[in-house]
Order: sequence, then C-alpha cells, then structure tokens
Amino acid sequence: MTLLTALEAPPERSYDDLPRLMSLMTGDEKHSAAATSTLDVLWVLYDRVLRVGPGSADDPARDRFYLSKGHGPMAYYAVLTAKGFIPEAWLPRWASYDSPLGHHPDRVLVPGVEISSGSLGHGFPLAVGTALGLRAQGLTSRVVVLVGDAELDEGSNHEAVELAGALGLDNLTVVVVDNGSSTHNRPGAIAGRFVHEGWHAAVVDGRDHTALERALTARIEGRPTVVVAEVEEKWA
Amino acid sequence: MSDPRQRFAQTAADLVEEDLSVALVYAEISGQYFGDVESRHPDRVVNVGIREQLLVNVGAGLALAGMRPIVHTFGSFLVERAFEQIKLGFGHQDVGGVLVGSGGSFDIASGGRTHQAPGDVPLMDTLPGWTLHVPGHADEVEDSLRLAVAGDGREYVRVVSQQNAQAFPVRPGRFHVLRRGSGATVVAVGPTLDAVLEATRGRDVSVLYANVVRPFDSRTLRAVLASPEVVLVEPYLAGTSSRLVADALSDVPHRLLALGVRSEEIRRYGTARQHVAAHGLDAAGIRRSLDAFLVGRGDGIAS
Ligand SMILES: [Mg+2]
Repeated sequence: MTLLTALEAPPERSYDDLPRLMSLMTGDEKHSAAATSTLDVLWVLYDRVLRVGPGSADDPARDRFYLSKGHGPMAYYAVLTAKGFIPEAWLPRWASYDSPLGHHPDRVLVPGVEISSGSLGHGFPLAVGTALGLRAQGLTSRVVVLVGDAELDEGSNHEAVELAGALGLDNLTVVVVDNGSSTHNRPGAIAGRFVHEGWHAAVVDGRDHTALERALTARIEGRPTVVVAEVEEKWA
Repeated sequence: MSDPRQRFAQTAADLVEEDLSVALVYAEISGQYFGDVESRHPDRVVNVGIREQLLVNVGAGLALAGMRPIVHTFGSFLVERAFEQIKLGFGHQDVGGVLVGSGGSFDIASGGRTHQAPGDVPLMDTLPGWTLHVPGHADEVEDSLRLAVAGDGREYVRVVSQQNAQAFPVRPGRFHVLRRGSGATVVAVGPTLDAVLEATRGRDVSVLYANVVRPFDSRTLRAVLASPEVVLVEPYLAGTSSRLVADALSDVPHRLLALGVRSEEIRRYGTARQHVAAHGLDAAGIRRSLDAFLVGRGDGIAS
C-alpha cells in the first residue's frame, strides 16, 4: 500500500527543477530564472504562501491565486507542474491545437488555474469581486493577484485600487512584478499609488525568496496589501 | 401597474434577503432603491461607484467565489462600455451571473445618445449561452429576475419603463401564441406587444409574444407559420433576430420584415413615446410598415 502510494505520487520537485521544466516549453538549452520576471514570485507563492494544492483545488476555503498578467505563462506552468497540478508530459507540446496549455492560461482547461487571462486589466478587478465573495461567506482565505507593472496602464486597475482601499479588503494582496516595462514609466511610483488609496505597501527584491515570503504573507487588518516585486529592467 | 425598474429593485432586494448566496453589485444607478438592503447586508450589496469595468468584473469575481451575482446599471454602461468584461469575466471564465440593464433604447430619451442603448441586446447576442430577457411588464421583470437568479447560467434582463397592459408567464425558449391567423406571423418582443396588437387588429395574422428572446423559439415559429410572411418587432436594433428567423426557416420559402430601432443617430431629445414613434414602433408606424410589406397579400384588410 505504502509502496503503491509512493509510486503513484508525483515526484517531489524543487525550485532547481524549474529551468528544466521551462526548457520543455521554450526548447532552450537552459532557461535562466532571470529571463522570466515572475518565476520567483510564483515559486514563493506556491511553495510558501498559498494554502492550496492539487488536493484542495476545489475547496471553497482555499487561497486563490489569479495570474492577471497572462502573457509569458511558462513560469506559471512550470510551477504548477512542480507542485503536481499538471503533468510534465503536457509541457513540450504547449500552445499546439490539442494542448490545454496556451500562451494565455485557460481555467477551464488547466487544473489549478483560477482565472483565464490574457487581456490585461481583468484579473485584479476579478480578484476584488472574489475577495468580497469570500468575505461575505465568512471564509478567511485570501486572494493574491499578480499584475505586471505595464499592465497597470489599464484604467480598470485603478478602479480596483480605489474600491479595494475604500472597502478595506484585507484578504486581498496584489503583487506587482515590476521590471520597469511600461512605456511611460516613473521608477518607484507604483507603491505610492496604492498607499494613496489606503493600502499597505511593501517594495521588495523580486528575486529574494525570504523577503517575498514575508511581504506576501502579511495581512494587515482593514487594509489590502500591495507587494511591488522589483526585478531586472526589461529593457536594460 | 408598478414601475418595472422599481419592481426590479424590490425583487433584487428581496432575493438578497431570501438567499445568502445572492449578491447585488451596482454602480450608483438605482442606488435610491437599495439603501435599506445595503445597510442590512453591506457584505452582499455593494455600490462600486462610477466604475463600470470594475462593476462587471466584481460580479464575475463574486461568481468565482461561489456566489450568485446580480449586476446592475444602465444598459449603455453595463453592456456597451464594459462589453469585454462581460465577454471574458463571465463567458470565458465559465461562470454564471445575472446582468440587469435598465433604460433600454428610449427611457432616457431626453438624455440623448449617451444614455440610449439600442445595441445592448444585439451585443449580448454575439456571446454564446446567454439567456436574454426582454420583459414587457413589471410582473415579467420580477418573474424573469427570480427565474434568472434561481438558475446558475448567464442571464441578461433588460428593464425598461414602457410596458404592456397584460403580463405573460416567463418561459425561456417558449414564445406565447396570442393569435392564430392564415396570414403573416408577427413576433412581438417585450414592450412592443401592445402596439403590435393594436396595429394588427382586424388583420388575419398570427401574433407571437416573446418576453425571452434567447433562446429563440424556432419551433413555435415554424409551427404557427401559415403563409411566407414573417414580421419581427423588436425594441432594440432592427434585425437583431433576423438570422434566427433565417435559420429557423432555412428550408421554407419566406419573406421577412424586421422592425426595430434604426441604427442611425437621430439626435433628438424629448420623450420615449416620441422616440418609439420616430423609429416607427408605435401602432401607427407598425401598421404603415405592415401595409407596405403585405400589400396585395389579403390578410383580412377591408380596404
Ligand atoms: Mg512588466
């Protein structure tokens, strides 16, 4: 019995497996973490922060992760594979007609994917609604939504910043992966926009797992949290 | 007769009271009706302010959390301004919800084009799987909303001030057969019914009534069809249901007259009644169109 369970359980994978898993999609010899701005944030979330796994993917009380920035989802698929949500065999043929894995994730097709994204500026407002829904049902779970710095160009995000701040949605965390990629970029300005609307803000090194874990687990009563995860400049 | 929009608001408030899974999200509009229920259930009744993109996605996000959202503002801002949020927030996420757009094509005639949404139903009709309610009476508004909220699908309820003298049961997928004749078949949608009944008085035609227009009841249309002429009378853009008639009668020779709101911008203020007449949707206008369409066809016209 024990042996059978051990044989059937997906192999334990670590952070060090992620480059190899991403290479299955990209075809690169070796994929470096630095080439993917979201990789460390995603790993820390699924490894250390979110109360969710393949066994609790339908539990109403699970934590939710919404990948709002749906572009470049290799790191997301790699992390979901490493954590046992999806089989490794899915990765090599990604974005083909018969694959459930596309260049933008589809929650209907991929176990563990909570929202279908691709068009920017939708995930954060959706997360506000889910945070309200969890709160209304007396659930203490959290919603974490990942947006890109350039994604914040979309005005829909600013509607969400204002309402979440006004309603004090403390079960909501927005993590902004900031690689300075927006066309009209003002370095260092992102956190202040949230603070202005009553949010708790932390600016951390987006490659520092300890700092990310500390910032992403913070829950300040009566205030939503934004974590600006700074990574290498996209155009540097 | 009570006001359809007030009936919507009262019914929505009742549903919030009756069912802990129901949430009501709105964007300022109709807030004058929601004060009581909002103060009793602030977690489930949320005014997002003047933020329609957020409005729709908050509704979808509530659905992702397992709740049944009622999402409301004027149809212009709900469907036309936040259309991608509807397409992706509900359909693409594969969650259900109840959208209630008020104002329709003419309720706010004096507000001008910004507040007129004859395109709401045709836009919603580009999305698969939505049930489109076009109630023509306050009682039908209540019945549609209760039915929509009780289910788990995607529903749009179009609430307008104009209403018919009589209410009919709400049965998605079933049109009502109000008259059978040997001539043309006239399909009246929602609040156009009274004008259609008046315009067809004395004519040997069949009259169907649709207070839910999607799904489209092709079966009843085929069953009733007695002559090749079909007339659609819709309170939003003319021709919205034409392709459904074409599909239903693809193997039957037929002629179609599609009446509704014309697409050009008429740049007039005034009243809803004046706009109904300007688009030829009052009884006199419908009669004129029928006369031209059915000329030489008999249909019981004395002259
Ligand atoms: Mg960026």
